[in-house]
Amino acid sequence: MPTGPEVGIDLGHAISFYGLAGLTVFFTLMAVSLRNIFHAVLFLVLSFVGVSGLYVTLNADFLAMIQVIIYAGAIAVLMLFAMFLTRNAMAQGNPPGRLQASAAGTALLMFVVLVYVFLNTRWASGPSSPTGFSPEVLANAIFNNYLLPFELASVLLLVAMIGAILLVKE
Amino acid sequence: MEITLNHYMVLSALLFCIGLYGTLSRRNAVAVLIAIEIMLNSVNLALVGMSRYVGERGLVAGQIFAVFIITVAAAEAAVALAMLIAIYRARGTINIDDINLMRW
Repeated sequence: MPTGPEVGIDLGHAISFYGLAGLTVFFTLMAVSLRNIFHAVLFLVLSFVGVSGLYVTLNADFLAMIQVIIYAGAIAVLMLFAMFLTRNAMAQGNPPGRLQASAAGTALLMFVVLVYVFLNTRWASGPSSPTGFSPEVLANAIFNNYLLPFELASVLLLVAMIGAILLVKE
Repeated sequence: MEITLNHYMVLSALLFCIGLYGTLSRRNAVAVLIAIEIMLNSVNLALVGMSRYVGERGLVAGQIFAVFIITVAAAEAAVALAMLIAIYRARGTINIDDINLMRW
């Protein structure tokens, strides 16, 4: 029989999870279904903020901040820039393609298969194990065990930056 | 009412499939990019959930993976949008039905 405070924590976790999940799914659906690309990008930002809230419920506070800064900040601004630079093409909005029915069918099938697999897998999971203050733990892991991928990521960013500049040069 | 790993995995699958639907059904290339970002983001959610619930205490490999996926997603978005602008300059459209130069 669980004690009082644990039930309270579980209930709070459940409320925040279902609230954030519902909001995130709604925002994501709006982001893929709106005809106006500008509004779609704004709903995409809201969807990213919802996911960052879900990271907080998973004790990943550092990733939640990264999510807001990079996804909701940088990538969304990049998309808005691209949208305005291709303004004439945007005038026709975001017409749904011919493949709409088959796309919905494929996505639904994928969802059913994924859920079936998830519910029938026995994860090697113990009781939930919060990792403590996540920036400290993450920094130790990145700069000790994952130093090479970290350096490679900086090379990748440099290559992507030079590539993007070369592609749009007159 | 305990929230388990399966809750997060099913939510992640739902977001992934919404993104998949958007990727396949839209014709505007920027909308397709938006849907791809949604798919990458849902995978991150699954990885962070794994790092919380699976494995021993203090193992944060899932979160490290998520950090690198965010890096790659940022690089991908920058290059893809640069390509879109280049295509728009050359052909005056970003409707992916009209960008069929490499179709066989």
